[in-house]
Order: sequence, then C-alpha cells, then structure tokens
Amino acid sequence: MLDKDGIAKRIAQEIKDGMYVNLGIGIPTLCANYVPKGVDIVLQSENGILGMGPFPFEGDEDPDLINAGKQTVTLLKGSAIFDSAMSFGMIRAQKVDLTILGAMEVSENGDIANWKIPGKMVKGMGGAMDLVASAKNIIVAMQQVNKAGESKLLPKCTLPITGVRCIKKIVTELGVYDVLPQGGFKLLERAPGISVDHIRKSTAGKLVVEGEVPEMKLD
Amino acid sequence: MNKTVKNSDEAVKDVKDGMTIALGGFGLCGIPENCISALVKKNVTRLTCISNNAGVDDFGLGLLLHKKQIKKMISSYVGENAEFERQMLSGELEVDLIPQGTLATRLMAAGYGMPVIYTPAGVGTEVAVGKEVRKFKYLGVEKEYLMEYAFEPDFAIVKAWKGDTQGNLVFRLTTRNFSPLVAMSGKVTIAEVEQLVEPGELEPDQIHVPGIYVHRIFQGSGYQKRIEQRTVRKK
Repeated sequence: MLDKDGIAKRIAQEIKDGMYVNLGIGIPTLCANYVPKGVDIVLQSENGILGMGPFPFEGDEDPDLINAGKQTVTLLKGSAIFDSAMSFGMIRAQKVDLTILGAMEVSENGDIANWKIPGKMVKGMGGAMDLVASAKNIIVAMQQVNKAGESKLLPKCTLPITGVRCIKKIVTELGVYDVLPQGGFKLLERAPGISVDHIRKSTAGKLVVEGEVPEMKLD
Repeated sequence: MNKTVKNSDEAVKDVKDGMTIALGGFGLCGIPENCISALVKKNVTRLTCISNNAGVDDFGLGLLLHKKQIKKMISSYVGENAEFERQMLSGELEVDLIPQGTLATRLMAAGYGMPVIYTPAGVGTEVAVGKEVRKFKYLGVEKEYLMEYAFEPDFAIVKAWKGDTQGNLVFRLTTRNFSPLVAMSGKVTIAEVEQLVEPGELEPDQIHVPGIYVHRIFQGSGYQKRIEQRTVRKK
C-alpha cells in the first residue's frame, strides 16, 4: 500500500516536459518533489504565480510572497505575478495543462466531492470548482479507503459535489484508475503487493478489470 | 487630482451599518490592516463583506467577526478561522461560499462595466441552485455555464505597496491577488499604501490600478504582515 509520497511519486510520472501544472494542497503539493530530472515544467499557483519555486531558506521568507496554500514560497527565474481574475482566466481558457487535486469522494461517472461535509466541516471550495469545471486534464490524488474502512470510490457521491463528470484519472494508495466515459473505474495499475481482489473489496463503485493488471513501477 | 485623506479613520468615516464592503487580500497576504482596525474601532455592524477569506481568529477580518460586526460573508475559503466556523454552523453568520474564480471575475466585471459573467464553475453543484444556466460552445465543446452577477459593493478597500496622491496603485508580489479587482469594484474605493508618493514617482507603464478607480488614499502604518504558514528550507 502506498504512502502519501508513493502516491505523489506515481502521479509525478504523468507530468511531462513543457507542461503548466497546478498542484492542490496536500499530496498534490508533494508531486513537485518527484518531477523527473530534465522535465521542464512551470507551476501555477492560483493566487497569482507562474513559476513558483520551493520554500525559502530559513530567514528569507517574505510575507508578501505566498502560494495558494498560504505557505511562504519563492519565485524561479522567469516567473510572473498576476491578479486572481487573470489566474482563473488562464484556468478557464485551458492554458494550464494539468491539474492535480485531492478528493474526499469520486463517483464512477467522474463526479468529485472535496469541499464540504454538511453540518461538520465547511471550509469552502476555494478554487476547486473553477479548476474541475475547466481543466482539460485532472488527476485526483486520494485515499481510496478511509480510516473506518469505507471505500471513497463510489457509485454516487454522498457529499455535496464540487464538479460533475470531470474526473478522468485517479491515483490512490491501492491503484491507478481511469474513469470510463460510460461509467466505472478501470483499473490500470496495482500498487506494489496489492492484489486485484484487495482492490475489488476496496472499490464500492463499478470496477472494471481487463486481463492482467500490471504493478506500478516506482523507483 | 489629490485624493489623499489623513488616515484610516477619515477614510472609512462614512461606512454605515448594513453596508457591503469588498476587501482585497488572500489569506492574510495584502489585507488592508489599517482600515480593518478602523472599522473595528468605529463599531459599524451588520456588514456584508466580500473577501476571498475571513482572516484568522485574532487578525484580519477575524477581528470584525469576533465583535460580531459582520452579518454576512461572501468568500471562497474560510478554513483558517474557528470563530467563523462556529458562527456559521450556529446560524449567527450568513455565509455565501462561491468559487474563487467566480469571486474574482464578479469583482472584475464590476470594474469592466459588465453586469454579468458566465462561468462553468459550480454547474451541477449546490452553487448552481436558482441560477440561470445557458449552453455555449467554447473551445470546440458545448457545455453549461452559470450566469453570475457583478458585485456592486458600497465600499472597496485595498492595501497596495505604493500609491501616488492621484490614486495610482502598485502591488508587491502576491499581495496583488484580488486587490486590483476589488479596487475596481467599489462605488467608493479606499486604498491604504505602504508608501505614498507624489505624481510622477511611479512609472506609468508599471501601474496595476489606475487612479480613476480610487477615491481615497492614505499612507498606512504599523503593518504586521502576519504569515499564516511559515514554510522554509534549511540552509
């Protein structure tokens, strides 16, 4: 079973040279650590940065320079700063090539829920609804099974949804999935040491398994 | 045209109970600290605040929330504030959570003279309830879009890095965020600045908000610039 860094490592393999990439808070942020050498990408932060760099060295942090997670960051050479309307403008206009974000639930038709638990947790959607409604290429990084042992890959989302039929690829601690246009989670790869049976028991929605499913390669 | 006022108290002197105020900033980055303090001191109540976030418990808009001066918040993300969450879940505070890009673009629309925008954000979710939906073909695909109205706040309040007495504004790094859009949206727009300079000292082609959108400007003081998430690397 993959830990958070394992999920990030696997997703990083989907990041290709020349991409503009938006990373959500949590596991998606970790993906930046595993981008293969020689792959040249530009990170977008939706509060208004293209060309976001790593955290600053101790003592160099600047309260005027943060990312969308409100963390102090740095700028790489060739970066640009802009306002929030332009930031979401470039997202809606599909200039951003890849969006990686977290989820609480995904349904077999590609609906995603990640912004609200009624009566309990209400933090807001931030930029998630804009991103999922517009991005052409979204990968969800999530825990497939919660602490109570319940699957979060569902026939239908139980929580208020963030977007409809927008998720096409999911990476979890157990596997990699495509969401099929006709509905269903197609198993593409298994996490090291995880059986198809284990994955079947951990998927509440429709699971599609065709032939031998390879183990994912992480090095 | 000199738009200078003495200080934050003078800038917000005619903000009245029940008014709608848009405020710049993202988290605590680039918030108008001086004007928020002046509103706390003035004790205006039943405010509707349009702001991406709601501050933290003891800073930013959290100060107004703490004194129950806010009736309604219009925001995209409010996760950092326990008092906010308490007031919202208990029903004391009305909250309209809207997508971040929708918030930015509704403010922009106000300054661009467009009464509505269409956005795909929120289609099929509870954000879409009661809203007009239209289908458009864009980027080769036909899909649904929500109609959203431009904001028309009574006051817009921003903090800029530099501004001149004519109201031209320049923002530093990511303090820009929502601030130029907020500045464009106000019937009356107030700018507090770290450095107030004379006309001619700012490069005309470096200005982020032209002074036509700004009605009052003053030299701010005592900026705390709190950091919400101090993340660093070891040297």
